[in-house]
Amino acid sequence: MKETNSLTVETQCFHCGDHLPEKPYPADDKQFCCLGCKGVYQILSKHNLSSYYLYNDVPGSSQKKKTLHFDYLDEPGIAAELVDYTDAKVTVITLFIPVIHCSSCIWLLEHLHKINPAIAQSRVDFLKKQVSITFRNQQISLREVVENLNAIGYEPLISLQDMIKKQQTDHSERNLFTKIAVAGFCFGNVMLLSFPDYFGLNSLEQDFKNFFGWINLAFAIPVLLYSARDYFISAWTNLKNGILNLDFPLALGIAVMFIRSAYEIITQTGAGFVDTLCSLVFFLLIGKWMQKRTYHYLSFERDFRSYFPVAVTQLKDGKEKPLPLNELKTGDRILIRSNEIIPADAILLKGDAKLDFSFVTGESIPVEKVLGEIVYAGGRQLHGAIELEVVKPVSQSYLTKLWNNEAFSGERDPIKTFSDTASRYFSIVLVAIALAAGLYWINTDVNKAVAAFTAVLIIACPCALALSSPFTLAAVLSIFDQNKFYLKNTSVIEELARIDTIVFDKTGTITNPESAGFEFDGTLDQYERQLVFDLARNSGHPLSRELVKWLAETPLFQVEHYMEKVGRGISGCVDGHEVKLGSAAYLGLKAEDHGSVVHILIETRYCGYFRSAQRWRTGFKPLALKLGQTADLHLLSGDQDHDRNSLTPFFPRVQQLHFQQSPQQKLDYILQLQQNNAKVMMLGDGLNDAGALKQSNLGVAVTDDINNFSPGCDAILDGAAFQKIPQFIKQAKDAVKVIHMSFGISVLYNIVGLFFAVQGLLSPLMAAILMPMSTITIILFTSLTARLYARKNKLL
Amino acid sequence: MNMIYMLIGFSILLALLFLLAFFWANKSGQHDDLFTPGVRVLFEEEEPQETGNEEKSDEDHSTR
Repeated sequence: MKETNSLTVETQCFHCGDHLPEKPYPADDKQFCCLGCKGVYQILSKHNLSSYYLYNDVPGSSQKKKTLHFDYLDEPGIAAELVDYTDAKVTVITLFIPVIHCSSCIWLLEHLHKINPAIAQSRVDFLKKQVSITFRNQQISLREVVENLNAIGYEPLISLQDMIKKQQTDHSERNLFTKIAVAGFCFGNVMLLSFPDYFGLNSLEQDFKNFFGWINLAFAIPVLLYSARDYFISAWTNLKNGILNLDFPLALGIAVMFIRSAYEIITQTGAGFVDTLCSLVFFLLIGKWMQKRTYHYLSFERDFRSYFPVAVTQLKDGKEKPLPLNELKTGDRILIRSNEIIPADAILLKGDAKLDFSFVTGESIPVEKVLGEIVYAGGRQLHGAIELEVVKPVSQSYLTKLWNNEAFSGERDPIKTFSDTASRYFSIVLVAIALAAGLYWINTDVNKAVAAFTAVLIIACPCALALSSPFTLAAVLSIFDQNKFYLKNTSVIEELARIDTIVFDKTGTITNPESAGFEFDGTLDQYERQLVFDLARNSGHPLSRELVKWLAETPLFQVEHYMEKVGRGISGCVDGHEVKLGSAAYLGLKAEDHGSVVHILIETRYCGYFRSAQRWRTGFKPLALKLGQTADLHLLSGDQDHDRNSLTPFFPRVQQLHFQQSPQQKLDYILQLQQNNAKVMMLGDGLNDAGALKQSNLGVAVTDDINNFSPGCDAILDGAAFQKIPQFIKQAKDAVKVIHMSFGISVLYNIVGLFFAVQGLLSPLMAAILMPMSTITIILFTSLTARLYARKNKLL
Repeated sequence: MNMIYMLIGFSILLALLFLLAFFWANKSGQHDDLFTPGVRVLFEEEEPQETGNEEKSDEDHSTR
């Protein structure tokens, strides 16, 4: 470690803030960690955009992993799929750029016209991480726009399964806003016009009373027909299917309230309940908005299509041509460059295939294939280009076949929520009380019978009940969000509270993909470190790659006579010295290896060994012990079982550790657990877990960068919050408790109201006080207690 | 007292105007992104270019 107390020594890359290597890349008087960062800086300073660095320190993101080929964007068919609008002059496209993270990003992306004047306008939507670009298509092509973005370090994520399109056509939130606005507008005005009546009008002012009544009624109509429309539709469709949900008593209450108010106003017998009606709808809609509100823009519905590229390079008559993935046919010859993904099962025709299947199978060691062998889709080519012939179309490949499984067809049963269960009984009891009250009075006084019947339906309208779930769950959702646990919707919380079985995937889920580092035992001087580094960087083996990362030298020497024995070790001649890295057996040592160990032999001197340090995610051990107390723990790994021994202590039962599981086996295993009435939470990360995540009651994708691809799931957990899982479960259980309590409170309010209602004594004033009061109590109670519990669970 | 009918009518009309304004704002997507515009206003105006148009800058709005 270098000392950092001297001001003159820059240790951070000026662009991305990464640690500088031994030999940084200078430009002007700034230091950069890699050529990529330096390149971005030079582009920006050339175009007078250096303010980018003023708004934030180190605003850039690391440019070490740079790709890519965007030639497919020149294909008119693909481009047409992506753009929002195009005519003879301009094209508008919305791109998703995951690295957007600070105000500098906004500033730079909105000044793209300075880099290329052909870009007319660009607007950033920060929370959605999207930029909408308008460019003159005569002067610049879509591909050039994207390449420009890539050059300044803002690589857009373009996938076949574009969520941007879906967002743009989905205006449900805007519609909800309009409904809330109408309800709120009417509520305010009706409130004002109802006050005179509540405070009492003398007989001289009877004219006003009628006038106010008529205006109130006019205000009630848009609320009834527009704002509350969804409740009637939902109640009706559910009723037709024989389901009594909460919308039924709500719709009934609203309808009865309107009819009775209209009757009273028209016959001039009373003031009606218009203000209660409007406030009810207004609060209900706010509850709906709370429930729907998203604090983040993550996609929970991704499948293999968003993992795969948009297009592949097809070889036809010796020419390279980008081809959209869905047009790929059996028999096509394709070219896969280094770091690209193989999109369909294919036969290797040319080149050295060394493929990383870790995301697909969970196996962390790269696989080598020889010519003529079948290569399964989903592998990432590590070095050099290869040529393949497609043998199965994309949708029928080994990996993608998983999505043809039943679990993916159709909607899964919606999660059963407390309010659904409660409302069924609630509706029946409510109607029963109303009828009883009506029948009781019908012999003595018909008017009173009608008054009591309607009053019961009005006062018991479960507004507070309808609000208790959304407000509690929305509060918990935002608490989880702050702790980097992102849920698809609020009902996931209730499902989380019911979990009794937890299934873990191994690679990437409980192991840390960015391994903490290495312990070195032995002696190496600076020169020898350099030799080891130069040798190791030739290998694609994960241990070599991690070693290279850990040593963090700069390439210096060429390696001659490089040899690699897969899974055993590498050797070569570096700067005239014979260097060997590998297992004890490979180096001819007698020592036994425990875990992942790399021994070093330079010439004939044994220099010691590297051992990869603790590979489990931080806090996995206490986490497993804690979870094991309340839930049944299982492990499903696609990997070989070389970690079986080290994992045994964490899991209560050895027979619940399963290795070498195929994606289909994982799915079946979950299904089998569920058939034994288990409520299963699956934690996984890769495509091979996709089936299991989908099948489980609660699929959680664990990822270290939430913008990276994660398979379809109910929740996304940031790796940093991994050890908080028990707290999340506790909080979910507490949330359900809060809902039960607030349900109790709203029932209490209802009993008070019913006491007057059954006697036919409910006055509009009483309703106007009781209804908003119960609503506000519930809103305050739920949001405050949810936060209180969160503090107790150390989530706030 | 008949004035009240008119006043109430006017006040409702005025309130309706605001409601319509909200509809328009909502429909044109002004509530779709509530975060970015707040950051955008904090950016400095374009710094004067070297081409020599510094003189044009408004005296009252000098940067320092």
